[in-house]
Amino acid sequence: MKLRKIMSKVALGLGACAMAINVQAEETIKVGVLHSLSGTMAISETTLKDTVLMMIEEQNAAGGLLGKKLEPVVVDPASNWPLFAEKTRELISKNGVDVIFGCWTSVSRKSVLPVIEELNGLMFYPVQYEGEESSKNVFYTGAAPNQQAIPAVDYLADELEVERWVLAGTDYVYPRTTNKILEAYLKSKGVKEEDIMINYTPFGHSDWQGIVSDIKKFGSEGKKTAVVSTVNGDANVPFYKELGNQGISAEDIPVVAFSVGEEELSGFDTAPLVGHLAAWNYFQSAESDANEEFIAKWKSFIKDDKRVTNDPMEATYIGFKAWAKAVEKAGSTDVDKVRPAMYGIEVANLTGGTAKVLSNHHFTKPVLIGEIQADGQFEIVSQTEEVAGDAWTDHLEESAKIVSDWQDPKINCGNYNTVTKECSGQNF
Amino acid sequence: MINRYRLPFGKPTLAITVCAVLLAACLISLSAFAAASSSEADAVAFVQPLSLNEIAQKLTTAKLKQVPGVVEEIVNHSDAKQQEKFVLILLNTLLEGKLYFQRSDSALFIAEKGTSSGFDLFSLENGRLIKADVPKKTIRKVRTSNKVRKSLRNSIAKLQLRSDDTQLRIQSARNLMSDVNDLTLPLLKEARLDETNSEVKSILDDAIALGDLTSDEEFVVIRALEQLGGSLEPQVRTAITKLAEDHVSVDIKSLAKDTLEDIEDKVAFYGYVERIFFGLSLGSILLLVAAGLAITFGVMGVINMAHGELIMIGAYTTYVVQLLMPNHIGYSLLVAIPAAFLVSGLFGVAIERGVIQFLKGRPLETLLATFGISLILQQLVRSVFSPLNRQVVAPDFMSGAWQINPVLSLTYNRIYILIFALIVFFLLQLLMRKTSLGLNVRAVSQNRNMARAMGIKSEWVDAMTFGLGSGIAGLAGVALTQITNVGPNLGQAYIIDSFMVVVFGGVGNLWGTLVGAFTVGGLNKFLEPSLGSVLSTIVVLVLIILFIQRRPRGLFPQKGRAAES
Repeated sequence: MKLRKIMSKVALGLGACAMAINVQAEETIKVGVLHSLSGTMAISETTLKDTVLMMIEEQNAAGGLLGKKLEPVVVDPASNWPLFAEKTRELISKNGVDVIFGCWTSVSRKSVLPVIEELNGLMFYPVQYEGEESSKNVFYTGAAPNQQAIPAVDYLADELEVERWVLAGTDYVYPRTTNKILEAYLKSKGVKEEDIMINYTPFGHSDWQGIVSDIKKFGSEGKKTAVVSTVNGDANVPFYKELGNQGISAEDIPVVAFSVGEEELSGFDTAPLVGHLAAWNYFQSAESDANEEFIAKWKSFIKDDKRVTNDPMEATYIGFKAWAKAVEKAGSTDVDKVRPAMYGIEVANLTGGTAKVLSNHHFTKPVLIGEIQADGQFEIVSQTEEVAGDAWTDHLEESAKIVSDWQDPKINCGNYNTVTKECSGQNF
Repeated sequence: MINRYRLPFGKPTLAITVCAVLLAACLISLSAFAAASSSEADAVAFVQPLSLNEIAQKLTTAKLKQVPGVVEEIVNHSDAKQQEKFVLILLNTLLEGKLYFQRSDSALFIAEKGTSSGFDLFSLENGRLIKADVPKKTIRKVRTSNKVRKSLRNSIAKLQLRSDDTQLRIQSARNLMSDVNDLTLPLLKEARLDETNSEVKSILDDAIALGDLTSDEEFVVIRALEQLGGSLEPQVRTAITKLAEDHVSVDIKSLAKDTLEDIEDKVAFYGYVERIFFGLSLGSILLLVAAGLAITFGVMGVINMAHGELIMIGAYTTYVVQLLMPNHIGYSLLVAIPAAFLVSGLFGVAIERGVIQFLKGRPLETLLATFGISLILQQLVRSVFSPLNRQVVAPDFMSGAWQINPVLSLTYNRIYILIFALIVFFLLQLLMRKTSLGLNVRAVSQNRNMARAMGIKSEWVDAMTFGLGSGIAGLAGVALTQITNVGPNLGQAYIIDSFMVVVFGGVGNLWGTLVGAFTVGGLNKFLEPSLGSVLSTIVVLVLIILFIQRRPRGLFPQKGRAAES
């Protein structure tokens, strides 16, 4: 009896030893993927999860990083904002991931911030957003307002001679902040109060007939009018359907959208929408070898020839490549070593330029304006040089004096007030 | 260049650098010489003007900003009148974004997407198929933008003002209305002289009057104002507003003000009509989504949180039906109506038999269980169809709008949905009132035990009733494909609205649902312009809560002994 017990203990110990050796032999770099796979945001975020998996597969095929394989750890925060924070804690504390790629909505990012700062993690956030933030532990690979909204408005004003503006958005933080910035910007350019109409609608709004008819009236009063749309997610389809049905053509009242890309358009017939605009840092139709290769890879990875690529995918791509470069440069996956290594790293983007990592945790990106085509793709009608992402906008009084610099040892914070010469204390 | 010289010498020296600079200077002067000679070539070309085809060829190299200039050149070309047909085809093809050229020899073609991944190329001269299934890489599109398209439309309008086709003339006259100036005014006047069709005449008259508004002669302006008295065109309003504000003559100013007031009154009236239609339309959608719930919740008393998902299943059925018959989009919608009814109905029967029948008389458990079912159904759809939205193509008769006048247009999809909702409602009413199933349903819902004693199979009736309510939810799904997204979250957006309408209208009363739906819809649309859509939704909700406080049984409470319990 006793012998048997001892034997079993020994066996157990041996087993544990073997397991430990096994783990050591196959030590991997863990990459957390924090995108909603269920709930409202699954529609957008699932694609990004697949993009990260594709990038990992590709990196592993090329030999991994620092001689180790990458191992994805996928969790599902289920479009539930507080769950994002919980899952972040789980990823870092329990799974021990070295980096996280994740989030889409600004609320989910805000929910992750305190956790990732407390545990000193590292996250890449791949979506265009309202700015006014620069966390030590987050890199923002999507566009800040000066890399999307402001250039788009400039295009409308200069090229299409727009004088009246409708700022239409979904009622939450991103559209509200962006519209506040845009309103201040337009007024500074001499647009009068009565030539700006601001309109907010709830999430998932589906009855657009009244609003579209109001826009039509607002736009038929003599001055050239354009709509700047920060309408988000699901609400876009009924909005565009209504625009098409009420016969608002892009030649009369162009609509420029900041949240509508190839993927959103793949949900419906774009023939009545030809000519309406979108501003992004990437379009699938961009002509470059890197892009062609990326599209082909994506189609074969996802095993569907009809799937499209979009801007947040490119942002994920850039973020991943930059992180991989930084890890190799630092020779470690330790956050405190990788973060300083990030600054100044340059990655070729998919539109033929380079994305440079800035010390305010944003990237340089070109701004592209595209017109919707009948096949659901965009015709690029304007492309700028790379613009440096600005964490704090210059067009709001309080933000203009704040800068972010995590590299300069004299500043070393995300919200340095250039007037009072101090950081405001909080980390973001 | 420098590299090539480096090779024989090994390391670069100062001498080589100097050499290279000299060489570069040489090259620059050479190219300047070339430029000079090419400008000479231009001078020669001036003597022998470029043919239409050669100018058209410029489109293949022109930058986006230069395209309107090239179009202008084509239209003003001396041969343009002779070869009007070719010019029109060229411009229309460009307008539609189908003008492509071959990368190899820059030959222009009309390109249409073929059956497989390639493009079919057609000749611009005679429209004949030249090459089929050309890979996309070998051809390139002549790019257009809003600006280009606008100038194209005006150019085409100028050419087609004398077309034989009345519709084209109407379209052209309308297009030119937005571009009346010193150049187009003589064109319009000339066309007006030869015009015979009365509709085109009146548009041309308006357009000419619009041009005359800026005339220096007072009597011309007054005559133009009289002509434009009843016009609702936005351009007219803008022009008269300008006149009323800053014309030198006081008489004309006041006349313009009067005319403007007339127009504004009319616009306000039509705006009112439009609001009523919007209210009716929102009401009809609410009626459709709530009608099914009026049966399951209203008549049977089951709190079915999965109602929205049954709507979603109806929408996905429409999508699948359309996939099965891709060449008959119009018919597929008609086929989808019974199909969606059946599929959603079967899901409903399954839910009732599988879950709800065991929870009879336990509303809280039913609520939780059906909520769980709704989540399961959503995720099921995500797994089967992917979380991305699916596209349901709108058939031609459902897209576009019925343009009654320049300020009032009613969209077809909403008109059809309004009619559809009313038909569904009255059929449902008929079913409940005139058939034995309806009689059984009412009997069971009023007094289950008595109905059983009379020999009615209450179990069967329960299943059928639930199936009926679910089937109608499926019909709502078919209608919603024409309005909103077909995605896993489709149902969630409507579940609260449907409960609100049923409770407001009075549980158990179909007429109440009808009145409730149109009241909520109308109220919402009349509050929206002043309050904005976020606040108006809240206000409507608050009003309904207050109303329910006063009358807990809704607008049309059920009467009689059965309702007392």
